[in-house]
Amino acid sequence: MEEEAEKEKMVKVYIMGREFEVPATLNIVKAFEYAGYRFVRGIGCRGGYCGACATVYRFKDDYRLNFALACQKAVENNMYLTILPFMPAEKAIYDLNNLKPRGSVLLELYPEIARCVACNTCTKACPQELEVMDYVQAAIRGDIEEVSNLSFDCIQCGLCAMRCPAEIVPYNVGQLARRLYGKYIAPQAMHTHKRVEEIHACVFDEELDNYSLLAKEDVEKLKKIYVEREIKVG
Amino acid sequence: MSKTLKLDSEDAKKFAAKIQERSGEPIDMCFQCGECSSACPVSPEMDLMPSTLVRFTQLGLKDELINAKTIWVCASCFHCVARCPKGIDVAKVAEALRQELLRKKLDYVEVRDLSMEERQEIPQIAIISNLRKFSR
Amino acid sequence: MKIPYFPGCSLKTIGEGFEKSAIASAAVLDIELNELPRWVCCGTVSSLTTDDLMHHLAPVRNLIRVQDLEETQLVTLCSVCYSTLKRSNTLVKNDPEKLKTMNQFMYRESDYQCNVKVLHFLELLREIGFDKIKEKIKKPLRGLTLSPYYGCLLVRPKEFGIDDPETPTILQALTKALGADVIDNPYQLKCCGSYHTVDKPNLVADLGYKILTYARNSGADALVLSCPLCAFNLDNRQREIKRQYPDFVEIPILYFTQLMALAFDLDEERLGFDIHYVDPVPLLKEKQLLIDSLPLIKEK
Ligand code: SF4
Ligand code: SF4
Ligand code: SF4
Ligand code: SF4
Repeated sequence: MEEEAEKEKMVKVYIMGREFEVPATLNIVKAFEYAGYRFVRGIGCRGGYCGACATVYRFKDDYRLNFALACQKAVENNMYLTILPFMPAEKAIYDLNNLKPRGSVLLELYPEIARCVACNTCTKACPQELEVMDYVQAAIRGDIEEVSNLSFDCIQCGLCAMRCPAEIVPYNVGQLARRLYGKYIAPQAMHTHKRVEEIHACVFDEELDNYSLLAKEDVEKLKKIYVEREIKVG
Repeated sequence: MSKTLKLDSEDAKKFAAKIQERSGEPIDMCFQCGECSSACPVSPEMDLMPSTLVRFTQLGLKDELINAKTIWVCASCFHCVARCPKGIDVAKVAEALRQELLRKKLDYVEVRDLSMEERQEIPQIAIISNLRKFSR
Repeated sequence: MKIPYFPGCSLKTIGEGFEKSAIASAAVLDIELNELPRWVCCGTVSSLTTDDLMHHLAPVRNLIRVQDLEETQLVTLCSVCYSTLKRSNTLVKNDPEKLKTMNQFMYRESDYQCNVKVLHFLELLREIGFDKIKEKIKKPLRGLTLSPYYGCLLVRPKEFGIDDPETPTILQALTKALGADVIDNPYQLKCCGSYHTVDKPNLVADLGYKILTYARNSGADALVLSCPLCAFNLDNRQREIKRQYPDFVEIPILYFTQLMALAFDLDEERLGFDIHYVDPVPLLKEKQLLIDSLPLIKEK
């Protein structure tokens, strides 16, 4: 009985054409490893942040390609799996300090965005479910803020670039827009600037010295101060 | 210097049919009146007049056609079709011929070759249209 | 009247004055131009081969966005966008097979039902009637002589044109209604060189020289047009024209919507003259169509 329950949890997957039975609870990365593969490239944080394990898969008897981060996607029955080690993508070289946040900058550094045919293939490929086409389009018309907002959750996995028939690298365009936005357009955090100035002006030196002393002489008192400290919310 | 053209080879016929189909234009109907050539504002820059482009297409002269400057000079301005008594759109013929090369990965304009100054100055509408016409 | 409006990429940059003046003058005529949400670049030039559907995707996608708003009209300002959107619209209307292929490809969008009509803003004005426009004029453009310029895509090919392809009159009618004088320019339909401005700027300068010089010699103060690409070729490229033809005398270009905004006496900042290459402000001041008080910052 127990054996059967065990068996039910297995699914059939095809790794680069070869059939394997793997537990259904595994994600794609773990399924590969369960089957005996070892990742050298195409793997990173295993937590869905770094974008290194972006992959494509397909189901048996379905023509559509699906896209996911291999560390995030649970295996399902009849999945055809593979690994995509690395996307050779073009990246413009620039010095952010020398750029002006003019809308045309995106088109100047990545002029190939002018080739976008609005096919939406990039959006369909994005494992982060971003509206990639929309941000490429916003880039063409020079709307840095819109590009920055729409691409905010991009993890640079490369799938959009791999699929784009116009050989555009959307994520590098998005990154440039976010950098420009962050440096030149987003409102400055004035309180942070003020605090940095205060630190440079040694406003807190005495207080810090006192704490250092306490750390050596009366740790319990330091703990008490820490627990009872005033916390500003918002 | 004279050159013998093999007019009714199978290849020439096939090429003519292919361009006719790809352009969707009734190329066979052209009777060489020359209206298109006289209407064309950029014909002085062309090596084959628009009417000659159509004639050569009827004859399937592939090499002459895809090596012609004309296909990269046509501005898709539609002066020719406005005048043609047969309603033939030479812009479409030129595009069908350009595609013969572009689809073989032979770009005429490479966007990365544009200088920074050009990229800064030229508006999107010009860059996008140019790439649509002249790169794969 | 509210109507979805398709700006196109260049109206956000080089054609800024075109867009601003159009929206402001439309408002005077009780037309609210509502920018189409999530519009995509139309691709500027239409695909001219029968087997290329890819380049019709963008125009059709925009038409689907209009359909999603439950609207049946889309108005454009740029002649190039107008022509491209209209050509794709006509293609899918006449070819259900191709429409089906495209609908299937864009499976994430709703299927296009072909119920959207593409309009150029000039057509909308003609529908309203130039007499109605006359009623709104506060400052007739008296003393201003203009050379209307159609270029290609506003009138050709004739299936996608807004007026007679050989003898159009719509720009003349509008400019006259606004109180300006017009000259006959035989080059009004001649191509400005279009996308060759990228790879053959000299050719563009040759073509521009003829168009502009004829206008100048016939007593026109400025050229009036409706396309940001024509505007770039006929305004910004005057630098190249001057280089090639030392006898050339500069002449300003104006969008027809800027003329409307002037005649309706709208704020100068809605006119966007500051990004023109040949500054039209001195001319307009001389004709007393702009007052002196506003300082203009000009960046080149
Ligand atoms: S936008 Fe592109 S690179 Fe970024 S997460 Fe989506 S598919 Fe990956
Ligand atoms: S895949 Fe490429 S061409 Fe298609 S919409 Fe995305 S960026 Fe544009
Ligand atoms: S479309 Fe091409 S061939 Fe026809 S008139 Fe214009 S430039 Fe000449
Ligand atoms: S105008 Fe038409 S019929 Fe006459 S030569 Fe040109 S293509 Fe042929």
